[in-house]
Amino acid sequence: MSGHDSKYFSTTKKGEIPELKEELNSQYKDKRKDAVKKVIAAMTVGKDVSSLFTDVVNCMQTENLELKKLVYLYLINYAKSQPDLAILAVNTFVKDSQDPNPLIRALAVRTMGCIRVDKITEYLCDPLQRCLKDDDPYVRKTAAICVAKLYDINAELVEDRGFLDALKDLISDNNPMVVANAVAALAEIQESSSKPIFEITSHTLSKLLTALNECTEWGQVFILDALSKYKAADAREAENIVERVTPRLQHANCAVVLSAVKMILQQMELITSTDVVRNLCKKMAPPLVTLLSAEPEIQYVALRNINLIVQKRPTILAHEIKVFFCKYNDPIYVKMEKLEIMIKLASDRNIDQVLLEFKEYATEVDVDFVRKAVRAIGRCAIKLERAAERCISVLLELIKIKVNYVVQEAIIVIKDIFRRYPNTYESIIATLCESLDTLDEPEAKASMIWIIGEYAERIDNADELLESFLESFPEEPPQVQLQLLTATVKLFLKKPTEGPQQMIQVVLNNATVETDNPDLRDRAYIYWRLLSTDPEAAKDVVLAEKPVISDDSNQLDPSLLDELLSNIATLSSVYHKPPEAFVTRVKTTQKTEEEEYPDAGEQSYSDSPARVAESGASPPASTANPQHSAARQPAAPAALPDLLDLGMDNSSSAIVPVDQPATPAGPPLPIVLPASSGQGLQISAQLIRRDGQIFYSMMFENNSQVPLDGFMIQFNKNTFGLAAGGQLQVPQLLPGTSASTLLPMVLFQNISPGPANTLLQVAIKNNQQPVWYFNDKIYFHVLFTEDGTMERSTFLETWKSLPDSNEVSRDFPASVINNVQTTLDRLAASNMFFIAKRKHANQEVLYLSAKSPRGIPFLIELTAVIGTPGVKCAIKTPSPEMAPLFFEAVETLLKS
Amino acid sequence: MAGAISAMFLLDMKGRCLISRDYRGDVSAQQVEKFFTKLLEKEGDLESDGPVCHENGVNYMFIQHKNIYLLAASKQNSNAASLLFFLHRVVDVFKHYFEELEEESLRDNFVVVYELLDEMMDFGYPQYTEAKILSEFIKTDAYRMEVNQHPPMAVTNAVSWRSEGVFYKNNEVYLDVVEHVNLLVNSNGQLIRSEVNGALKMRAYLSGMPECKLGLNDKVLLEAQGRPTKGKSIDLDDIKFHQCVRLARFENDRTISFIPPDGSFDLMTYRLSTQVKPLIWVEAQVERHSRSRVEMSVKARSQFKERSTATNVEIELPVPSDAMSPNIRTSMGYATYAPERDAVVWKIKSFPGNKDYMLRAEFRLPSVISEDTPPDRKAPIRVKFEIPYFTVSGIQVRYLKIIEKSGYQALPWVRYITMAGEYELRLI
Repeated sequence: MSGHDSKYFSTTKKGEIPELKEELNSQYKDKRKDAVKKVIAAMTVGKDVSSLFTDVVNCMQTENLELKKLVYLYLINYAKSQPDLAILAVNTFVKDSQDPNPLIRALAVRTMGCIRVDKITEYLCDPLQRCLKDDDPYVRKTAAICVAKLYDINAELVEDRGFLDALKDLISDNNPMVVANAVAALAEIQESSSKPIFEITSHTLSKLLTALNECTEWGQVFILDALSKYKAADAREAENIVERVTPRLQHANCAVVLSAVKMILQQMELITSTDVVRNLCKKMAPPLVTLLSAEPEIQYVALRNINLIVQKRPTILAHEIKVFFCKYNDPIYVKMEKLEIMIKLASDRNIDQVLLEFKEYATEVDVDFVRKAVRAIGRCAIKLERAAERCISVLLELIKIKVNYVVQEAIIVIKDIFRRYPNTYESIIATLCESLDTLDEPEAKASMIWIIGEYAERIDNADELLESFLESFPEEPPQVQLQLLTATVKLFLKKPTEGPQQMIQVVLNNATVETDNPDLRDRAYIYWRLLSTDPEAAKDVVLAEKPVISDDSNQLDPSLLDELLSNIATLSSVYHKPPEAFVTRVKTTQKTEEEEYPDAGEQSYSDSPARVAESGASPPASTANPQHSAARQPAAPAALPDLLDLGMDNSSSAIVPVDQPATPAGPPLPIVLPASSGQGLQISAQLIRRDGQIFYSMMFENNSQVPLDGFMIQFNKNTFGLAAGGQLQVPQLLPGTSASTLLPMVLFQNISPGPANTLLQVAIKNNQQPVWYFNDKIYFHVLFTEDGTMERSTFLETWKSLPDSNEVSRDFPASVINNVQTTLDRLAASNMFFIAKRKHANQEVLYLSAKSPRGIPFLIELTAVIGTPGVKCAIKTPSPEMAPLFFEAVETLLKS
Repeated sequence: MAGAISAMFLLDMKGRCLISRDYRGDVSAQQVEKFFTKLLEKEGDLESDGPVCHENGVNYMFIQHKNIYLLAASKQNSNAASLLFFLHRVVDVFKHYFEELEEESLRDNFVVVYELLDEMMDFGYPQYTEAKILSEFIKTDAYRMEVNQHPPMAVTNAVSWRSEGVFYKNNEVYLDVVEHVNLLVNSNGQLIRSEVNGALKMRAYLSGMPECKLGLNDKVLLEAQGRPTKGKSIDLDDIKFHQCVRLARFENDRTISFIPPDGSFDLMTYRLSTQVKPLIWVEAQVERHSRSRVEMSVKARSQFKERSTATNVEIELPVPSDAMSPNIRTSMGYATYAPERDAVVWKIKSFPGNKDYMLRAEFRLPSVISEDTPPDRKAPIRVKFEIPYFTVSGIQVRYLKIIEKSGYQALPWVRYITMAGEYELRLI
């Protein structure tokens, strides 16, 4: 019975509108009809044909039902844009509403109700009044819906004209379809009104239950949805209602089934007899399972609802887990939901089979699904203690497949499993460590780092493992940085040896001075302070026992769950959000705190609370970080000695300003070879230290007339054996250009004998010029290593153990300390670390430590009156011969 | 709980609106097009997001049919189950009207489409979706002359699926019992799920308003009647009935009584999860020789009685996606390599009970594999077949009584057939 309407879409070349206008006014019926079809076709493809309004309305008075419907359709679309002309149609509408043919009567009120123009609405009332009492049920069922339409446009009018009562009368109509539509209309009106309009009494209840047996499937849904609001008086009434509703579970329409389930669940709340409840659960299970044979979209809605139902009544589907096993061709959205329910239904009894399934899914193609499957295994491990071991062995098998995202996901869940069952499964850590290099996702990395930190004492090379991450610290995402920080602290507390000590220095430095992230910085400062104040307290805080976690992921709050269950089958139950959260056009009610509802959407699986609760590995910015809050308890006492000199004025401003550049650009490099002596080549250079490495920072400027290339460098023997650690990388220099380079340097290559001095002789050659020689100076402080810090006690011991002959001192009459903190910061940047300070009369005495290459310590005492020139520097070191160099360095630092 | 939608849209594959019907004037076509094209552009996400979405205060529910999307937009907390099911029904109705629903047929019939959208839904509430009755008063051009000027009684009647005055010279009724076996065997060779989804498909060519009563070998019924259950009686897990069946009556005394619609319909569907011995068992051994060659040897066995025969058997055996130069031999039927499905498809026209057939296949594999080839998707072996004159459940139609006031006699013709549904063996 295929049509050929597409011909109406073809457009004519010249002026379509005038041509249509002409045809619409043709004297031939068929031509007029064709013209209207063309107009509708134009409207369908989005052309504006509103200018033909009068001409189309003129075609309205016709015996031809099809033509009439098309004109009506046109009116629905354009009446709003031509409200003044719409009045032209009123007469025909009113006339049609009295037509002998019920189809036309119904069509007239149906269409009038859709035209949201005041002038039309006014004229709708009389026809509507008649149609509500029409002899033909088809007209009455249309009129019933029309009342809801009118209410939407003008609620007052509906109330004034008594349409609400007329509508309520229709509930007792002898035609089931009329009853159903009246129920739908009343339910909608009630929804947008705060007055009680549609209250279901036990009388209406029994009427509606009777109509339920006779009306169409859609009508049954209206009635069931309306009745689910009904509160039975007692258990007996509830049982009676349920008895009348249960046959609907056998209906072929899945919406009827779900609405029946909703109603039964509502009434079950009142039923006290456990036998009855058990029986009902038994009755509901098979229809729920059958929903999974429906179209995938329906399955999706069903699964979202089943998710709610099993949270409320886990027994209903306790034995049906197999029906949720994914089929190969299920759409991803169905598979995802099935997985969620499988986790909910997993038990000690079925876990083996479930794990086999998860393992199967973990080898599928869709990455999100695979990840969710891996995560599901972890969640089962957390949920079922007795199955945890089996879950872990499956995870290990999956890790062996070496698919990158599977490995990462597995590590994330294993971290949770470690949290849940501490000191049980650590034997697998070695296997995990094998995958260390492949981790590139922040969450996986953070999890692995957490594991290393948490079990640092059991992992022999924990320090090496962490160190490998440290190199890239500044580039890591915040959650990894936070984790690295915490893990390094844990490592240090567990193994306070040299390596970790060095590492912690690097990390703290990175996390305080070199970061813009306040969370990271705050955490680092707290650790720093704790560590330097009271390592024992630090242990109590950082290594504290963690609260037990459980798999309550995607578990809804009971009151929200109840609300969602009363909304079964609706969008609310699909989103797992209460209606107010997404419906804007809702009456003003008392409930306004939509924000308070937890977002229970799909997102939640990606950050299961199991992980949120886990402070160590949990991502950044969680303000409720248990470690921080814990820190307040043991470490808060005001007696905290101000070792770090951080809290002097107790204001956070004492902490290093955020925007202080990490490595100050610094002054320009000193010129070592002026252009005048280098035939136009000028070289500036200086030794610097960056990231624990010494570089010769150089700049070449070609002021000559020829391009220069083939640069090479060589260093003469010197006290520290400094030599180039690589090739000099300088490109060809065209006249008038310059180039900078950082040449890595190595120590102890060709040491010059004799007394220590700071002379550095350098030779530079290129292809065009003779070899240039120049002298530079080695600043001793460039050589200080990052691990120069010391425990206070160590400092004291070392000081005592060294003979007095090893103590050297010097005065710097020109130096001045204006601000202790600034000075300490500056010294710390050059790896001279603050140990303690004291006041002696009006003098500040600062104790610091530093370490030169090959681990030679320098213990330093600086004495000065703040703001007054004259600083005395005393040092004690096993190598007093280095003292002159050392003093030179300190003087430079104090000056800068 | 208002369950209505604001507007309905028929969109093409790119998300452009073909035809829409605005029921409430609060969601515009532009808004929907914008949302949906965006959704379609997010590659692959249409599948992962699911058929229900929310954006900017508008809820979208949609299904796909051929090259068309049917989308319902709502601003209320609508009944999603009802509306998605309604969209499927709309597809059925359109198919009844224009044989196939696709972009072209929509354009060719836009007038009827508008009429139907107006009749099937009012103010966003589903109203009426009986295609057969609708076509009595909404017709395409070819049949326009015979337009019925009155709404058929059925539209509002308690019997909303059948018009009065149907007449056939020969009153006949056909019942097809069709069972689909869904089965899942895991990689251990363990049967983990088996399920029968059955349907009683009726084609009724009966005059007047016939009262029908169907008798099955229903265990619950037979036991309730205290009859000795001679032969096999069955206990179904779940039964769903066409809306013509009186559900309350069935609930009471398990009588299946109804006035059927005219023509063909699914009288009832049922589900039975039971340990079924896999009717066709497939064993496969795959040997990979280094990275260059794969050898498969497959044995298919029919595990039903000799007197039955499976027809149109099709066994899909997954092979690596980069396999080449196939060399396949079979002891029965013929097998072809279907690279687009990454599978060998082995077809056997007729497969009698209790028989074994063999297939051997050999493939070459590229010796170099590129780094970024995704791991092979582990597809299951999938089997399709039909076994006529046989049901897994053992369901039997004991009688179909037809009583009409004109007193004609009509005998039912009953046929049974079993087919493979989702029949998956994860054995490779």
